[in-house]
Amino acid sequence: MKVGLFIPCYIDQFYPQVGIATLQLLEKLGCEVDYPKGQTCCGQPMANSGYEHLTHACNSLFIDHFASYDYIVGPSGSCVLHIKEHLHDPEKETTAGEIRKRVYELTEFLTDVLHIESLPASFPYKVGLHQSCHGQRGLGLAQMSELVASPFSKPEQLLRMVSGLEMVELDRKDECCGFGGTFCVTEEAVSVKMGKDRITDHVKHGAEVITGTDVSCLMHLEGILRRQGATIKVMHIAEILNNQIHEQANS
Amino acid sequence: MNKQTADHATLADQFNANEPRVNWHDETLWWVRAKRDRMAWTIPEWELLRETASDIKRHALGNLHEYLLEFEENAIQNGATVHWAADAAEHNKIVTDILLRHQAKRIVKSKSMLTEECHLNPHLAEHGIEVIDTDLGERIVQLAKEPPSHIVLPCIHKKKEEIGELFHEHLGTPAGNADPQFLTAAAREHLRKEFLQAKAAITGVNFAVADTGEMVVCTNEGNADMGAHLADVHIACMGIEKIIPQRKHLGVFLRLLARSATGQPITTYSSHFRKPREGQELHIVIVDNGRSRQLGREDFRNSLKCIRCGACMNTCPVYRRSGGHSYHTAVAGPIGSILAPNLDMKANADLPFASTLCGSCSNVCPVKIDIHQQLYKWRQVLVQEGYTPAGKTVAMKMMSGVLSTPAVYRTAGKVGRWVLKALPGMANNRLNPWAKQREMPAPPAQSFSEWYQKNKQSK
Repeated sequence: MKVGLFIPCYIDQFYPQVGIATLQLLEKLGCEVDYPKGQTCCGQPMANSGYEHLTHACNSLFIDHFASYDYIVGPSGSCVLHIKEHLHDPEKETTAGEIRKRVYELTEFLTDVLHIESLPASFPYKVGLHQSCHGQRGLGLAQMSELVASPFSKPEQLLRMVSGLEMVELDRKDECCGFGGTFCVTEEAVSVKMGKDRITDHVKHGAEVITGTDVSCLMHLEGILRRQGATIKVMHIAEILNNQIHEQANS
Repeated sequence: MNKQTADHATLADQFNANEPRVNWHDETLWWVRAKRDRMAWTIPEWELLRETASDIKRHALGNLHEYLLEFEENAIQNGATVHWAADAAEHNKIVTDILLRHQAKRIVKSKSMLTEECHLNPHLAEHGIEVIDTDLGERIVQLAKEPPSHIVLPCIHKKKEEIGELFHEHLGTPAGNADPQFLTAAAREHLRKEFLQAKAAITGVNFAVADTGEMVVCTNEGNADMGAHLADVHIACMGIEKIIPQRKHLGVFLRLLARSATGQPITTYSSHFRKPREGQELHIVIVDNGRSRQLGREDFRNSLKCIRCGACMNTCPVYRRSGGHSYHTAVAGPIGSILAPNLDMKANADLPFASTLCGSCSNVCPVKIDIHQQLYKWRQVLVQEGYTPAGKTVAMKMMSGVLSTPAVYRTAGKVGRWVLKALPGMANNRLNPWAKQREMPAPPAQSFSEWYQKNKQSK
C-alpha cells in the first residue's frame, strides 16, 4: 500500500512536528509512506474567500503530486474536505475524481482503512478533544450533536487506545472554535471570542492538553492561550497517537 | 433596500465590547438550542421527519405555479379576497389602500417577518396609520424603536431590566420593576385595549394550504387570533413560498416547527383561518419580492424551503456572539445571510462571509437547507459580481501566485519564518488583526519539507 503524505502548507511552515508525527505514525503502522516534494496548498484559503476560480493552479499541482498513490493521507480534516469537495481540473477530471475518492484525513484512515484496534502509545494526561467542524460535519469523523443519531467519534476511538490518557467531557462537544479561514482576521472579534469560549470549556473540565484533527483550529486556540499566558498545551492528535511510552508532552 | 450603516464585522466588534453581555446572549440562545435537542430526541423518527419536510417543500417549490393558483381559487371560494404583489412596494400599497378605504388609523399586527422585510410599518406611518405590534417581543422592540434581532425571539437581545425601563416609560409601570410576570401582565392589559379598538388586523402566514385555501398561523400568545377575530378586516400577508400542497402535510411541519424553534412540542396556538366571519373582510396578500428570482437560482433555490423556525440562529456560534442586529436585515443569522444577497447583493455582500462555515445550521434545519454550502456559493457569486473589496482581490491573487509555484512558496515560507523570528514586531502588532488578541505561531527552525529532505531518502 503506497501512501502519499499530504502536508498542508501551514503545517509544513509552522508545525513541522505534526508532519513528522504523522509520517512516523503511519510508518509505525506498516504503511509505505512517501512525501511528494513540491506540494504546496489545497487552495482552500482562496476558495473559502470566494475565489475558487483562482485555485486552478493549486488543483493541477495537487493532481500532479498525488495521482500515483493508492491513498493520500493528511493530518487536516479541513484541507482534506476541500480536496474531496472541490478538486477539479477540466484537463484531468478523471484523475481528479479518483483523488477525491482516495484522499483521507489521518484518523479516518487509521480507523476505516487500516482498521487500527490498538496503538503502542502512551500519554498520561487529561485531554480535551476539539472536534473540528470540517472534519466532523464535512468528513463525518464524528456524529454531530444536531442529529438524532447514534454517537461515534473516530478521533476519540483512537485516543481511547492511548495508555494513561484520560478524556475530559465538554459542555459543548462540537462547537466551532471560530478559526474559519480568513474569518479569523476579517471577523476578529467574534473569532477570538469563540476561541476563548472553547478554551474556557476545556479548562473548566480540567483538560491539560487540547487536541484535535485540524492544526488550523489548534493554531488559533494556541495563539489565544499563549497571549493569555495559560499553561494548558495544544497538540495535534498525531503527536499524541505517536507518543511512545516514557515521552513527555511536548517533548 | 436596507439602510446599511456598517458591515457585520464592525457591528459584531461593537457587540463584543461588552463581553459579559455576549456571554449572556450566547448562553441564552444555547439554552434554546439545548432545549431543541432534547425535544428532537423525543421523536425517534426525527431525521425522517426532516427528510419528509424537505421533500414536500421541494415538490411544492417545483410546482409553485399550480399550487398558488389552486390556493387562490380555494381562498376566493372561501370568501377571501386575494391580492398579488410583485415586490415590497406593491405589497405596501395594497395593504395601505385597504386600510385607508376602511379609515383604519390604528391597527394591530401579529408577527410577520414578511412585513418587516417590506418595511411596512414605516410605510404605513407615512400614511398616518399607526401599527401596534402585538407579539410581546415585537411590541418591546417597537417601543424601543429597534428592529427585531431574531425572527422567533424578537427581543432576545434585551434584558428584563431594560424591558422594565421601557414599560415604565411607555406603559407607566413602576420604575425599577423588572419582574417578567408583572411586566407581561402590564403588556397584556395594554394590548387588550388595542385589540378591542382596532378596526383592522394584519397577520403573517406560516402555512398556506393549497387544497383548502386555508392559512395556518402559529403563535404562543394567541395574538394573531385576538387580532383577527375582533377586527372588521383581516389582512394576511404571505410570501409565495409559504404554500404546502395538502392539509395532511401540516402533520409534518407542525411537529417540526415549534420543536426546532423553541423546543416546544407544538406552538400554543396553531390557528387555521379559512373563511371571514359574517360581515368581516379577509384579504390575502401573496408576495413575490425576489422569491421567484431566488427560485431561478439553482444553487440557492432550497433557501425558499425555510419555515422560519430560527433554529439556525440559535445554533450559530457567530450569531450568538454577534447579535441579530449585526446582520442589518429583517431575517438575521445563517438563513438571513443566504436570503439577503438575493434581495440586495451590494448591501448584503458582507453577510455570507459572516460565518466560519461550521455547518451546524444545515444540520439543525428542519427542512434540511444546505445553508453553509449556500454561504460558500454566495461568496463565489459575490466575488464574481465584484462586491468584494479590491484589496482582498489583490491579496488573494498574490496568495494564489505564491501557492501555485513551489519554488516561490518555499522561499516565501523561509522568509516569513525568518521575519517572525528576527523581527517579531512585524507580525505581533495591533495592525495585524490576528495578533490583536492572539500570538503568532512560534516559527520553527525548519519546515517539514526541509526536515524531510535532510532525514528521509528524497524521491
